[in-house]
Amino acid sequence: MKPARFHLSDFRIWGLAPAWVVMILTLVIPIVIVIMVSLASRGAYGGFDWGFSPASYIQILFEEDWDGNLAFTPQYLSIIGRTLLLSALTTLICAVLALPAAYTIAQAPGRMKAVLIYLVTLPFWVSMIVRVYAWIIILGNDGVIEKTLRGLGLVADMDSLLFTDGAMLTGLVYSYIPLMILPVFASIEKLDPALIEASHDLYGSRWVTARRVILPLAMPGLMAGAILVFVPSLGAVLEPILLGGGKSMMMGNLIQTQFGGGRNWPFGAAIAVLLMALVMIFLMVNALRAKGAEHV
Amino acid sequence: MTMTRKKAIEVVDVAKSFGTFQALKGVSFDIYDNEFFTMLGPSGCGKTTLLRMIAGFESPTSGTIRLHGREIVDLPPHKRRVNTVFQSYALFPHMTLEQNIAFSLENLGWEKQRREARVAQMLDLVHMTQFARRKPAQLSGGQRQRIALARALAPEPEVLLLDEPLSALDLKLRQAMRDELRELQRATGITFVFVTHDQEEALDMSDRICVLGHGEIQHLGTPNEIYEDPENRFVADFIGETNFLDVEVIGVDGNRATVRTPLGQTVTTFHKGAVAGSRATLSLRPEKIGMEDQAASLTDTSLQNGAEVMEGRISARNYMGGYTHYTVDVGGIALRVSRRNATSHSQSFEIGRPVKIGFRHDSARVLTQ
Repeated sequence: MKPARFHLSDFRIWGLAPAWVVMILTLVIPIVIVIMVSLASRGAYGGFDWGFSPASYIQILFEEDWDGNLAFTPQYLSIIGRTLLLSALTTLICAVLALPAAYTIAQAPGRMKAVLIYLVTLPFWVSMIVRVYAWIIILGNDGVIEKTLRGLGLVADMDSLLFTDGAMLTGLVYSYIPLMILPVFASIEKLDPALIEASHDLYGSRWVTARRVILPLAMPGLMAGAILVFVPSLGAVLEPILLGGGKSMMMGNLIQTQFGGGRNWPFGAAIAVLLMALVMIFLMVNALRAKGAEHV
Repeated sequence: MTMTRKKAIEVVDVAKSFGTFQALKGVSFDIYDNEFFTMLGPSGCGKTTLLRMIAGFESPTSGTIRLHGREIVDLPPHKRRVNTVFQSYALFPHMTLEQNIAFSLENLGWEKQRREARVAQMLDLVHMTQFARRKPAQLSGGQRQRIALARALAPEPEVLLLDEPLSALDLKLRQAMRDELRELQRATGITFVFVTHDQEEALDMSDRICVLGHGEIQHLGTPNEIYEDPENRFVADFIGETNFLDVEVIGVDGNRATVRTPLGQTVTTFHKGAVAGSRATLSLRPEKIGMEDQAASLTDTSLQNGAEVMEGRISARNYMGGYTHYTVDVGGIALRVSRRNATSHSQSFEIGRPVKIGFRHDSARVLTQ
C-alpha cells in the first residue's frame, strides 16, 4: 500500500477553502443578489418583483412624468458628484496633512515614535459614532468654535458651521486621516536617511529635497493611503447624517433612504452597484498606474 | 615641501561631544589642494564625525573649519562646495543614473545644454555611458560606486569627501576600485578626503594619512612615514603588524636611544619620546626579522652586518601563499616573523625546528605611550 503523500497543492486548495466559503457566502452571493435586485422592478407595496429591467438605472439620470416621458433630472447626479468631490477632497487634504505628520513621526527618536504612532491609532479605540458626534458639539450652534470666536469678540452672530458640506468634509478628513498617515509613515520610515543627506549635499534645499526625494519615495505609501481613504469616503454614511444633517446627502445616504423610507429597493440597489463600479474603476486605475510606474 | 601649496581645508581646534562622549578632543590640521588625504582609524575614532562636519551634517562643539580660507561651520550642507560619496552610495532609487548625476547641476541652476554635456562627460569618466538610462537597482556594487563618484564630482566640488566608499565591495573589486579612485583623483585634480578603517587602503592610495585614535591625531604623515616611523605605539599597532617588546631605556643620544630588551640585548636605534631610565616599547616589524636554519651559515642579509642574532624555536606557522608567518619562541618571548616565499619550493620551517633569527638595530623603533 502506498503511503498517503502530502501535497503542497492540496494544502493550497483545502487551506483556502474556509476563506472561499466565507467570501462566497458573504460577498459574492450578496453582490449577485444586489445586482439582481437593481434589475428588478419596484413592488407595489415596497419590496420588489423579480424581473429584468434597466428602469432603476435610467432613474438615476431621468425622471418619468405622468405621461411616461423621460426628463433629465440632476438631483441624483448632484449627489453622485458631491460624493466624488468630497471623497477626492478628503483624500487630498488627508495626503497634504499626513505627509509632514508622517515625516515628523519617522524622524522622532525610537520611544517617541512608538508613542506618536499609538496616538495616531488611538481614535480607533473609540466608536466612530461617538467621534463624529463630538464634531456636532465643536461645530454646532453655541459650539466650541462659535463660543470661542464670540468670546474673543471676533464675531457677533454667525451662521451655523454644522450641516454644511464643509462640516461633512471636516468629519471625513478627521475619520480617515489615520489611514493615510500609517502607510505614508511606513514608506517614509524605510527611506534611507543618507538619501536626504545626499540631496542636501548635492545642493538641494529643504524644498527641493521634500519635492524631489521625499515625495517620490513616499508615493507608494500615498497611493495605498489614497485607496484606504477614498474608498470608504465614497461609501460614507455617518458623516453626512450627523454633520450634513440630511440636507446634503452622499451616495451612502441615498442608498440607505431607498432601502428605508424610500421603499425603492431596486433603485437603492442600482445606486449601490454604481458605487461599487466607481470603487472598482478607481482601484483598477490605481493598479495600472502602479504597474506602469514599475516599468519606467 | 608643502609651504607653497594652497590649503584646501583648515581644521582648527575642532572638538565634538555627543552627550558626555568626546568624539573629538580638539584636532587641528590642514589639507592641501590636489591632495589625496586619508583619515584612518578604528571605529569610534572620530574620523567619520570629522568628515561629516566638513560636509555640514554635523557641527563642531568648538573650533572651526575653513574651506579655501572661508569659514564654513555655519553654512548648511547645500551651501558648501564640497560633495560626498556616501558609504551606502545613497543613489536616488527613483531616478535614472543621468538624473542622479544631473540633480546637483539642476540645483545649481546650470543650463540644460551645459548640464547634459557635463552628465555625458561624467558618465564617460567612469565608463558608464551605456547605462545612462538605467536605475540604480539595475547596477552591480562596483557600478553603483562609479555612479556615486560621478554624481559627487559632477558639480566640480572644491573638495570631494569619501566615507568608506569601498567597504561594501568584495575584495577583488576593492583592489580595482583603489586604482580607479587614485586615477580619478589625478585626472580631476580635485582634493580627495578619504575616510577608512582599512590601513592597507590608506597606505596604497594616500598622499598623506591622518591616523586618528581616541578622538585625537595620533600621527599625520606620508604612508611611508606612518609605517616606518610611527609616532607612537598606537600607530605602530594599528598600521600593519608588529612585535612589541617591553624595554628599559638605558640612554638617549639625540634621535637615537639605547634600550635593553627582555632577552638581554642592548639595541640602539631611532626613538620617539624616550627618556633615559624609563620604560618604553621596542617595535619590530615581522618582515624586518631575518630567519635561518640554525645549522646554516648566515646568508640572510637581515642576519649580517651588525644584526642582532638570537636563537629560537618555531612554535606556530601560518601559510598565507605569498608569505608564511611564523611564531618563534625566543627565550620565552613569542616573536612574529614573516618570510616571503620567493620561489615555489621556498624552504619551509616546520613547527619545533630550532632557528636563528635576527634584525638590524635601525629597523626597530623605540616608542612611548
